[in-house]
Amino acid sequence: MSGPTISAATTPSPEPLPDVSDISGSAVRPGDRVFRGVSITAGALVLIVMVAIAAFLIYRTIPALQKDTGNFFTTKVWLPEEARPLFGIAALLFHTLVTAILAMIFAVPVALGIALFITYYAPRRISQGLGYLVDLLAAVPSVIYGLWGIFFLAPHMGGLTLFLDRWVPIPLFNYRLTNAPNNLSDFTAGIVLAIMILPIISSISREVFRQVPRDQVEAALAIGATRWEMIRTAVLPFGRSGVVSASILGLGRALGETLAVAIILAPAYTISFHVTEAGGITFASNIALKYSEASDIGIDALLASGLCLFVITLLVNFSAQLLIRRRKEA
Amino acid sequence: MATTLETSRQQPQTLAGRRLPTWSLPALAAGIVLLSLGLFAVTGLAGVADFVVFVLLAYLVLQTAISFSVEGRRQAVNRLFSAFVYGCFGLAALPLVLVLWYTVKKGLGVMSVKFLTVSMFRVNPDKPGGGIYHAIIGTVEQALLATLIAAPLGVLAAVYLVEYGGRRPFARAVSFFVDVMTGVPSIVAGLFIYAFWILALGFQKSGFAGALALFILMLPVVIRSTEEMLKLVPNELREASYALGVPKWRTILRIVLPTAMAGIVTGITLGVARIMGETAPLLLLVGTNSRIQTNPFAGQDAQRLQEALPTYIFEQFRDAVGNPDSPAAQRAWGAALTLIILIMLLTGLARLIARFARVRG
Repeated sequence: MSGPTISAATTPSPEPLPDVSDISGSAVRPGDRVFRGVSITAGALVLIVMVAIAAFLIYRTIPALQKDTGNFFTTKVWLPEEARPLFGIAALLFHTLVTAILAMIFAVPVALGIALFITYYAPRRISQGLGYLVDLLAAVPSVIYGLWGIFFLAPHMGGLTLFLDRWVPIPLFNYRLTNAPNNLSDFTAGIVLAIMILPIISSISREVFRQVPRDQVEAALAIGATRWEMIRTAVLPFGRSGVVSASILGLGRALGETLAVAIILAPAYTISFHVTEAGGITFASNIALKYSEASDIGIDALLASGLCLFVITLLVNFSAQLLIRRRKEA
Repeated sequence: MATTLETSRQQPQTLAGRRLPTWSLPALAAGIVLLSLGLFAVTGLAGVADFVVFVLLAYLVLQTAISFSVEGRRQAVNRLFSAFVYGCFGLAALPLVLVLWYTVKKGLGVMSVKFLTVSMFRVNPDKPGGGIYHAIIGTVEQALLATLIAAPLGVLAAVYLVEYGGRRPFARAVSFFVDVMTGVPSIVAGLFIYAFWILALGFQKSGFAGALALFILMLPVVIRSTEEMLKLVPNELREASYALGVPKWRTILRIVLPTAMAGIVTGITLGVARIMGETAPLLLLVGTNSRIQTNPFAGQDAQRLQEALPTYIFEQFRDAVGNPDSPAAQRAWGAALTLIILIMLLTGLARLIARFARVRG
C-alpha cells in the first residue's frame, strides 16, 4: 500500500512546458474526435470511480445504520451478528488514530533526517542509490511486515516496554498488566507503520529539499554558516510546507494500512491510553478480521466502517494535495 | 572564533576557529566501545541492543561535550545534528536489513523446487509439505488482468491530461483526484468492489473480482507516471508532426507515445510491483483455495477460487498462530520470500528499462 508514487520519484521538469493541449494540426478529423472522446472518457473514469466508491459504500451503510441498536459513533463493541445488532466505531476510530499518530511521531523526524542525509550529507555519487534503498522499504508487502512484526519485533520489545514503564513517568507508557508484555500493542503497530510510511515521507521531502535554490544554500555557507545553520536558515524554511504535506500523505497511508496492523495488534474493542499494553482494533484490521464470519448485516456494518475510513483518508489526502498544489502555484 | 571556513587549514592560524583534529572522533568512538565492553563484562548490563544504545548515547554526549569545550557551541550543535542525520539513515536501513534478513533466514529452509511446483491440495496444514505453485499462478494472473485493464486506461487518461486537458477545469479536477485516488486504502478498494461487483451486480467471489480491486489501486500510479513521461516529450516533435499535416491523434499514437514508451513501461512495471503484494482486497474478494486454479473467472462454488501469494501467506499464518516454527509458519515465510523476490525483480526490471531508454529528444 505504501509505495511512493512515481510522481514523487521523478524530478519535475525545471520549467513548466508550454501548454501542449492548445497546439493542434491544421484540421480536426473524425479520428481526432474519436480519440479525444476515448481519452476524455478514460480521464473521467477516475472521477467516476471515486464517486462510485462513495456511492456504493453509502448505499450499503444506510441499512446497516438502521439495524444498529446503539449509537454508531459512540459504541465501542462490534456485535452486528446478535439478535439486536450493536456496533459502533468508537474503539476503531480511537486505535486507528493512536497507531497512525504514533507512526507519525516515529516516522517524520527520521524521514526528515533521511531526506537531509541523501540531499546534503551523502556523497553525490551514491545519494541516488541510497534513495532507491529507502524506497525498497515500500516494496515489502504489508502482510510480510505483519509477520515480521509479530514473530521478530514484538518478542524483542519486552525490554523497551518495561523500560518505558519504569523510567518515563507519564501514564501513556504505564504497563499495568501483571504478566510479561507480549507487545501486541498500539506501540508496536505504530513502529511497524512508521517503517512502512518512511519511504513516502522521505521521498517527497527529498524532492522538496532538492529544489531549494542553490544560491541560498551557497550564500549561507559563504557567510560562515555551519551545515546545520545552513539547513536551519535556508533548507527548512523553504521545504516546510512540502514536508508538512508529505507527512500528511504518510498519515493517510498509516490510517488505511490493513494487514500489518491486523496481524500485530491483538484484537480488543476497548479504549485505553496505555499504548504499550496489548490490544486494540482499527478500521482496517476490524474489516480484515471480521469479514470471513460476517453475515449480511455484518458485511453491511463492515461497509459502514469502511465508509468512515474512506471519508477520513479522503479528507487527509485532500488537505495534503491542496497544500502541495498551493505550494506549486506559489 | 566564529569563522570556520572549509579552507581553514590553509589560512593563518589566527583567522580560523579551533577545530578538533580529524583523528579525535574515531579515537573517541574506539575508546567508548572498549570501555563499554569492559563495563558490560563487569556489571549486570547485558544484551546487544542495550550495548549499541549505550555506546551511541555515550558517544553523542562525549562528542558534544568535547566539541563544545574546544570548538564552541555552533560546531557542537552542527556535529550533533550531523550525528542525528547519519543516525536517521541508519534507523531506516536497520528495519530494511532486518526484514529482508529475517525473511531470507526463515524462508530459505522450506524453499525447494518442489515447494515452487506443487499446490497445497490434500496437504495436512499441520504437517510439512505442500507448496505455492497455485498461489504463484493466482498472483501472476490477477496482476496481469489488473494490468490489462489499468495500463491502457491509465495511459489514455494521461494522454487526456497532457495532450487535451491542459489547464481546463475538468482536467485539473481529474489530475487532483488522481493524486487523491493514490491514497485510497487498499481495503477500501476491496470493500467497494465487494459492494459493487458482488452485492449489487450479484457476481461471485473470483480472481477477477480481486483483479478489479487491484486495477483501482494501479490506475492512479499508471496515470501519474505516464503523465510525467508525456510532459518530457519535447514540443518540437509534436510541432514537426503537425507541420507535416499529420492529425493530432496519429501524432499522439505514432510520435508522442513511442517517444515516451520506455518511461511508460517503467511506470506500469512499478505499478505491477506495487499491487502484487496487496493482501487486503484479495482477502475480501478472492479468498483461499488449496488447489490449482488457472481460470481467474472461476467463482466461489465447489472450491474453485483462485488463491494468490499474499492470501496464501495470511492463510498459513492463521494456521501457525502461536507457533512460529510450525510447518505452516515455514510455508508462510517461504511464500513471503518468493513474493519479495518477485517484487524486487519487477522493481529492478523497471529501473533497468528506465536506465536503458530515457525519453529522447
